[in-house]
Amino acid sequence: MKSVQDLYDLYEKAKSKFQNRKRHILVCGGTGCTSSNSQKIIEKFEEEFKQNNISDVEIVKTGCFGLCALGPIVIVYPEGSFYSMVKTNDVSQIVQEHIIDGKPVLNLLYKETVLEDGNVKPFSEVNFYKKQHRTALRNCGVIAAENIEEYIAREGYQALAKALTSMKCEEVIDTVKKSGLRGRGGGGFPTGLKWEFTYKSQSDKKFVACNADEGDPGAFMDRSVLEGDPHSVIEAMAIAGYAIGADMGYVYVRAEYPIAVKRLQIAIDQAKKYGLLGENIFGTGFNFDLEIRLGAGAFVCGEETALINSIEGNRGEPRPRPPFPAVKGIFGQPTVLNNVETYANIPQIILNGADWFNSIGTEKSAGTKVFALGGKINNVGLVEVPMGTTLREVIYEIGGGIPNGKKFKAAQTGGPSGGCIPAHLIDTPIDFDSLGAIGSMMGSGGLIVMDEDNCMVNIAKFFLEFTVDESCGKCPPCRIGTKRMLEILNRITDGRGKPGDIEKLEELAKNIKASALCGLGQTAPNPVLSTIKYFRDEYESHINEKRCPAGTCKKLVNVNISNEKCKGCGLCKTVCPASAIDGEKRSTHVIDRDKCIKCGACIEKCPFKAIAFK
Amino acid sequence: MCKDCSGLNPDIEKKLLEIIEIDKDKKGSAMIILHKVQELIGYIPFEAQKIIAENLNIPMAQIYGIVTFYSRFTLEPVGKYKIGVCLGTACYVKGSDKVLEKIEEILKIKAGQTTDDGKFSIDATRCVGACGLAPVMTVNEDVYGKMEPDKVSEILAKYH
Repeated sequence: MKSVQDLYDLYEKAKSKFQNRKRHILVCGGTGCTSSNSQKIIEKFEEEFKQNNISDVEIVKTGCFGLCALGPIVIVYPEGSFYSMVKTNDVSQIVQEHIIDGKPVLNLLYKETVLEDGNVKPFSEVNFYKKQHRTALRNCGVIAAENIEEYIAREGYQALAKALTSMKCEEVIDTVKKSGLRGRGGGGFPTGLKWEFTYKSQSDKKFVACNADEGDPGAFMDRSVLEGDPHSVIEAMAIAGYAIGADMGYVYVRAEYPIAVKRLQIAIDQAKKYGLLGENIFGTGFNFDLEIRLGAGAFVCGEETALINSIEGNRGEPRPRPPFPAVKGIFGQPTVLNNVETYANIPQIILNGADWFNSIGTEKSAGTKVFALGGKINNVGLVEVPMGTTLREVIYEIGGGIPNGKKFKAAQTGGPSGGCIPAHLIDTPIDFDSLGAIGSMMGSGGLIVMDEDNCMVNIAKFFLEFTVDESCGKCPPCRIGTKRMLEILNRITDGRGKPGDIEKLEELAKNIKASALCGLGQTAPNPVLSTIKYFRDEYESHINEKRCPAGTCKKLVNVNISNEKCKGCGLCKTVCPASAIDGEKRSTHVIDRDKCIKCGACIEKCPFKAIAFK
Repeated sequence: MCKDCSGLNPDIEKKLLEIIEIDKDKKGSAMIILHKVQELIGYIPFEAQKIIAENLNIPMAQIYGIVTFYSRFTLEPVGKYKIGVCLGTACYVKGSDKVLEKIEEILKIKAGQTTDDGKFSIDATRCVGACGLAPVMTVNEDVYGKMEPDKVSEILAKYH
């Protein structure tokens, strides 16, 4: 491609090609569905098509649809029929009845899409999608991630063309500033300001970097964008390069994301081939090149200065700021560093303007946010909602509520740096400032739902174990302080808690927050502080009564057989590894607490749900 | 084989030098090379670190520092079948710790160890991103979702 006209010509050509498809099917090729064998399903479709001489139906392997719990997902167009949990054995039936005879296979469709009168509604009408607003994910699960022409047919690279040919660098920065876009990696720093600082730094060499080292447990937003729409990130990074005056960019991706890495590499190679990366892009004289750098399994590398050290090939340890990366970043040069989801918003902002973006979301948090819903929730998966949507809407209307009729207890946002939101605050609007005000944080977008069976002290311990494990060891407050906090939590959950432990935790937390070197250390105590704030009574029960109210902390619970529910079948007796259960057939069994090792095997085995931790 | 330079198999050493040659002029090449070496040999022995250090002209202490900093680089060989049990939040709240316990019990090793026959190693991993399938265990490239402790022995049997 040598000029903008070439791009528009290809756009028209590609658009009509994809719009004129009579019938095509989408198969999810995200990590979730690939794990549930979607690749085999694609092969089976190809095989069936061959046998039935079907040559005009394209099979499109897309990125994540979002509803990972229902994978593998297949969508048949033009109807948009939504097949969930598809098995390879189902494929021939779908081909015979739907593709050939034109009748959707009702019993294989996602049940919410089958109406009472036997009609079928398209997947876009499903509750899970209806309330969503897809900007960063607009192409995820819509286009074939490995085909650049599908991206171009969805106005891809037109934002770059617009910026390069009709906007000055300052105008690009100004548009991003006015849009109100804030960093989606967790901090929420205004993206336009970051660009402006880097633009103003004097240097003949600058860099653009993308943070795709998504390390928060339970978060997979960035991975899904890279898998489903890698070109949007490439385009945005080129725009950033133009805005700040850089000709080189790095994407730092976790090596744990092989599919994302592979698709991103394919996308970069395609962009180079089409002249959308490289020298003299669109004949404007602007050069920009991209390279992938792989992380190697260190959570701290998500912190910007650590990430820069790692890109430089060193130990990923943070360093004090200032100087900020905008002044001294990769190889000592001014660097603009944004997260994947932040970049994914950029092309839309350039194309549709700052006002359009600003009209979505709330006053101080413009736009949308992608969340990875996980834990005790029915619709585990990826959702994108306007800022300001309440937690209740996300959990109950989109997420489908809590499984097994259990009660919602709390949600954790922001992973190990964030905090929990208790049930009474479920109507809190999700935006940067509201979450900060209640002691949690937006974070990168992990949203873990917990029900009445989760012990909050145990959850705090879990996150602290994570931070202790991942502390890089450079600064003592994080290296030693979090370890001391963990020891206290271990003591509490083991039933050896002492009066004053809660206060000690709070004091340590305060000091670590004030003195740790990097953002990860400073936020490490947050899960403990917020669980103490909202669930202090649980800590007190553990310490004073040696009791775990949720029945999770093993050392504090006993296994109990209910007199009413036990039918005396004897299954528990046979499965018990410690021979701690005794009882005659058809009479209530009993557990010898001295022998019981609390492994829970009997609980899992009991067909009458008569055994429980108490 | 000269006694100074390595206990590495000459074929591997040749490949190692090829790897270094390809990337050594890139800025910040140490990480890129170490990734490839980890894949080539399955771990990064001292001999390899020494060769990398010499060819990149940086102290071996620095290479060793990088290798030990990142969890994907290992100083010991890992098992033929690498078992990973996700202890990310989503899996953890759904009981992946019990799956891990069961694997440890069957293989008689702990997470982070390799069986004596070199067949299996267990890792408690961070989130693998398949939270929709929680709890999840992986064996090399295969992913097993919606795990239960009772399914473990059946899965391990596939890899004997």
